[in-house]
Amino acid sequence: MKEELLSQLAEIVGEDYVSNRPEELYLYSRDPGAQKPRRADYVVMPGTVTEVQQIIMLANREKLAITPMGAGLTLSALTVPLKGGMVMDMKRMNRIIEVNEASRYAVIEAGVTQAVLRAYLEKNHSHLQHSTPESPPTATVAGNILIHGHGHLTPRYGVNSQMVNGMEIVLPTGEVCKLGSCSVSPYWFSRDPLPDLMGLFLGWLGTTGIVTKISIQLFPKPAFRDLLLFVSDSAELIPGIIAELSQINLLENCFIITQEKPKWAQQIFYIIVVSGESEAEFETKKELHNRIFQKHRDKVSPVNEEPALTQLRERFLGVPPFAATAADFRKGGGFEYTGAILPIEVIPQAWQSGIEIAHKYDLMYQLGIQLLPNGHSVMLAYSYPFNRAYEDEAERARGALDDTNRLTLELGGVVWKPELSAQKLILEKMDANTCQLIDRIKKMLDPNDIMNPGNWEVA
Amino acid sequence: MWLIRAWMEGEIKWSESLGKILYSCTTCNNCVQSCKFPFNNDIVNIIIAAREEAVANGLVMPGVARFFRNIEAYGNPYRELRENRGRWAEAMKIEPYTGQEFLFYVGCVGSFDEKGQRAAKALGELLLTAGISFGILGSAEECDGNEIHILGESRIFQMLRDRNAGLFEKAGVKKIITLSPHSYNVFRNEYPAGFEVFHYTKMLRDLIKEGKLKSTSKLNMRVTYHDPCFLGRHAGEYEAPREILKAIPGVDLVEMERNRENAFCCGGGSGNFYTDFSGGGENSPSRIRVREAYKTGANVLAVACPTCAVMLGEAIKDEGIEEKLIIKDISEIVKESAFPHNFQ
Ligand SMILES: Cc1cc2nc3c(=O)[nH]c(=O)nc-3n(C[C@H](O)[C@H](O)[C@H](O)COP(=O)(O)OP(=O)(O)OC[C@H]3O[C@@H](n4cnc5c(N)ncnc54)[C@H](O)[C@@H]3O)c2cc1C
Repeated sequence: MKEELLSQLAEIVGEDYVSNRPEELYLYSRDPGAQKPRRADYVVMPGTVTEVQQIIMLANREKLAITPMGAGLTLSALTVPLKGGMVMDMKRMNRIIEVNEASRYAVIEAGVTQAVLRAYLEKNHSHLQHSTPESPPTATVAGNILIHGHGHLTPRYGVNSQMVNGMEIVLPTGEVCKLGSCSVSPYWFSRDPLPDLMGLFLGWLGTTGIVTKISIQLFPKPAFRDLLLFVSDSAELIPGIIAELSQINLLENCFIITQEKPKWAQQIFYIIVVSGESEAEFETKKELHNRIFQKHRDKVSPVNEEPALTQLRERFLGVPPFAATAADFRKGGGFEYTGAILPIEVIPQAWQSGIEIAHKYDLMYQLGIQLLPNGHSVMLAYSYPFNRAYEDEAERARGALDDTNRLTLELGGVVWKPELSAQKLILEKMDANTCQLIDRIKKMLDPNDIMNPGNWEVA
Repeated sequence: MWLIRAWMEGEIKWSESLGKILYSCTTCNNCVQSCKFPFNNDIVNIIIAAREEAVANGLVMPGVARFFRNIEAYGNPYRELRENRGRWAEAMKIEPYTGQEFLFYVGCVGSFDEKGQRAAKALGELLLTAGISFGILGSAEECDGNEIHILGESRIFQMLRDRNAGLFEKAGVKKIITLSPHSYNVFRNEYPAGFEVFHYTKMLRDLIKEGKLKSTSKLNMRVTYHDPCFLGRHAGEYEAPREILKAIPGVDLVEMERNRENAFCCGGGSGNFYTDFSGGGENSPSRIRVREAYKTGANVLAVACPTCAVMLGEAIKDEGIEEKLIIKDISEIVKESAFPHNFQ
């Protein structure tokens, strides 16, 4: 049976692009995060929309699960199958189909990576950019959008899923569907004013269909860009400062971070990214931001000392900022963070409890806020790097993640890109009718329950 | 890396497909260069160590085992007789090495492959013209062992290294010019100190600058240059080949999209020019690279490595564009402009 399925898949995509060899399955059965491995039976790499359709039809006939995958870098094992079956790796669908300069959007296939889109824009449309996450450059633009990811322009222009103008989807029953203006127009320029069907696919973790194309908004690249760095030791100040930053609403990006090691990093650092098209605009923005922090000078001061100054600039000035070495803090290649999307007022408590949770599990704390659009909320990342060589360390990281997710929900926040256990916590807490709606939508779209089954599974 | 670890820890077993994955790495060094982690310099070393482990456990793939056997028995992968190693130079005035200033080390591909021989002859002729005091080892030349080393056969590698180092010492070799960047790599990094090594592009660049090599005719060529991994990413030499090409009248140098640090590998490193684990299909590295070269509008694809010449030359045939794009070693292009009448 297994071999027969393999040969049917090979007929669709070609022998080179399907495998059930142990080496490939080993890789597709785990991710760099702390979750335990889970079995994948096949991996398949379609090259065209028709191939995606044919695979979906086959999966429906055989009642075989499909787990869609971009780069598999969420760290929450969202692309590791919960119920076996095949991983559908989208990397071959990697064409940049169109860049519209005037309406500023790019239409790309689902396998296009952050690095490829950035490099393409830099070369061909150097005044335009897309909002780029800190994730490794091989992360796909679509995968990031589909989990409501956030990039370097998020505080200013929105979460990356808000930047979607349109999508092409293969539904779990095999039909190809276009959403947004592209369903009525050759331009993929807007998701309004039609019924917004995009929400049926954003945040669903691949349980409602395969996205094959996506239109993402592009933004002008400013001529001037720099960091303003401040330091404080009071988490209580954070909500007030965010309110003041929102009041002038001139940020490009803003992070608030702390970490246990090295020692200098134990304070609370504000990283304010300011940019401008003209020098006058840029200088004015800097001045206005400086004024906010001057008001709090008894508790906040500019960062003038080394090594903080150099290291923070190295880490945050680039686009995207450079997270990788912080992620491998423990060495040994294990890293998972949970993202708490929080209302502003609970930040001080979330901050303090995060430090306590890390210590409870004998891990080092590493907290980082990124402001979400216009400072209406934040994403607080609690990072738990661990050494993959030590299972007990991974186990402690899992414990800390679970505690943190519970904390987030208790504080009234929502867990972002939730791993299976966090999805369960969310569903337990969720309004019962909302759960039922989720369930009905899934059953309506995916009657055979083949799409990333086990995720968002309403009991 | 994850697979190597899984194999070491017994989570997966050795298999033909694991072997293929491990041996298809050409050690192009792109990972080392691009990886932002502090262990980046060790990535290729880890691959080599895993291959050493495979050798130690008698697990090498048949193609690799053949490669090892041939090198051990014949001193080259092609099973050519040792006495034929210097044949390429027979009709030329190149002398055997007897203590001249430079040893011209030709390597296996340069000695036996037809494209490699063309490059070796062109370079030999240019060195003669420039009045360089040099000689070759001819049939006494031994494989440099670069591929053997990176394929993990440390026993044969040590034997080759000791033999070569002994030979160089005995013959009083103080300076070596290599045709192949692979030889350049292994002599610089894995051999005992005691001699200086130059890749030939540096020599030619200097000879042209010093006026010892002159172009006598204007060529009419649109050239794109392919950076070999062992000259570029491994040794950091990107400019000498380009300076040579720019100095030749009538050469219009155009760059491929991926060049210098970002150059795409021809797929031939780690013995893949012989073992061919990356396969020859439409998406093989060499064919992708040739398409990149073709896209520039160049009619000549210039190389500075006989292995690249072999790989890309085959790919040009497979792509069916022999009429539009031809492969030439830089030494051949220089020779063509220096002696327009006798170029072959
Ligand atoms: C060091 C580090 C820093 C990070 N920083 C950030 C950051 O700043 N901002 C941020 O947002 N994230 C960040 N991340 C998290 C993550 O890497 C990114 O969000 C990444 O963009 C996810 O993309 P991916 O291609 O890996 O998606 P995947 O993990 O492959 O997929 C994500 C989800 O979408 C589904 N999916 C993927 N493709 C399709 C498709 N074509 N159709 C249907 N469903 C699909 C998958 O099943 C999965 O549920 C970071 C990660 C690391 C390791």
